[in-house]
Amino acid sequence: MSAAQTPESAARRRFVGGAAAALAGVAIAPGLILLEARRAAAAAEIASSAVRWGLLIDTTLCGTDCTACVDACQKENGLAAPTRPTDAQWIRKVELTDPYSGRSKSLPMMCQHCAEPPCVDVCPTAASFKRADGIVLVDRHRCIGCRYCMMACPYKARSFVHQNLSGQKPDVPRGKGCVEGCTLCVQRIDRNEQPACVEACRASGRGAMTFGDLNDPKSEIARRIRARTSVQVRADLRLDPGVRYQGL
Amino acid sequence: MAIGARLRRLGGVALLLAGCLSAPGLQAGTPQPVIEQARGGQCVAPPAVMRREHMVMLMHQRELTVREGMRGARVDLEACVDCHASRASGSVDARPQDFCASCHRYVGVKLTCFECHSDKPRQAALVPTLAGKGTP
Repeated sequence: MSAAQTPESAARRRFVGGAAAALAGVAIAPGLILLEARRAAAAAEIASSAVRWGLLIDTTLCGTDCTACVDACQKENGLAAPTRPTDAQWIRKVELTDPYSGRSKSLPMMCQHCAEPPCVDVCPTAASFKRADGIVLVDRHRCIGCRYCMMACPYKARSFVHQNLSGQKPDVPRGKGCVEGCTLCVQRIDRNEQPACVEACRASGRGAMTFGDLNDPKSEIARRIRARTSVQVRADLRLDPGVRYQGL
Repeated sequence: MAIGARLRRLGGVALLLAGCLSAPGLQAGTPQPVIEQARGGQCVAPPAVMRREHMVMLMHQRELTVREGMRGARVDLEACVDCHASRASGSVDARPQDFCASCHRYVGVKLTCFECHSDKPRQAALVPTLAGKGTP
């Protein structure tokens, strides 16, 4: 809790500090605000294309009955536990069974954060987009709720919000009429924290999920991918997902 | 006969006008917006600029924040809510007299931000702790 508050108070200091600096520019003409915001944008921290965030899931460590990742996702993002088939779910547990051997595997499935996301290709309003650091998101300001992206996604990773919502988390805005999906907990990543599912998986003692920068050869996720075979689900579609699975 | 009818009609109009003017709601005009004093010190721009430009500022910033991942920007809807949430309801939009709702009702502009965004401060505890410490 205290760790989460530190970056917030830093942001608040910048906000208050910026307020004083802004006063002079603003008084001259309203148009200046925009120019100033653009200059500030260049200086402020924005998502970097040098990074590509990814997840590695070791299915040999994933428990069949464990839903720690799903529960943590719902708690972090203010989602209700789904009761109907149309309710939003950003991450779900999938059970795979080989009909010949009876060998069974359980794994979490969510937005795979493709390098070539089909949801982005089909979006008529450019609401579905890939951030510079590889996170695939929905810009709800632009989403018109057509749900083409839900049709295009081979992983069934997106949901549509059918009803009015209330009590959203301040850093996770969501509402009726928009499509949504796993954001890799973008609000946490921007605070230099790990996604909620990864943290919960580690806290549960299983440690089946690893989050990190796929582009950094020294990162833990890159080392693990080098050390053991991992697969991308539906690699034949050549979408280059940022989520990889081991032990499938 | 014709004059009598006209007189009766005129009398009716006068009565109607008198009735309208004495109605308490209309006599006072549209209620002025209630602006509750914010907490948190200085705003990002003077009130006159904020009144005119806040939607432009927010519209511009949302592109940078959502699509480019810019955090800690000068213009920040969460920061607006932190300072302007009502001490009574803890919200900027829950009651007609809350900060955002009150002006938007007055000018008749639909406020849709809070269909998705939280209308409450980031720290729920902010409302009771700062309740007595309002600064201009």
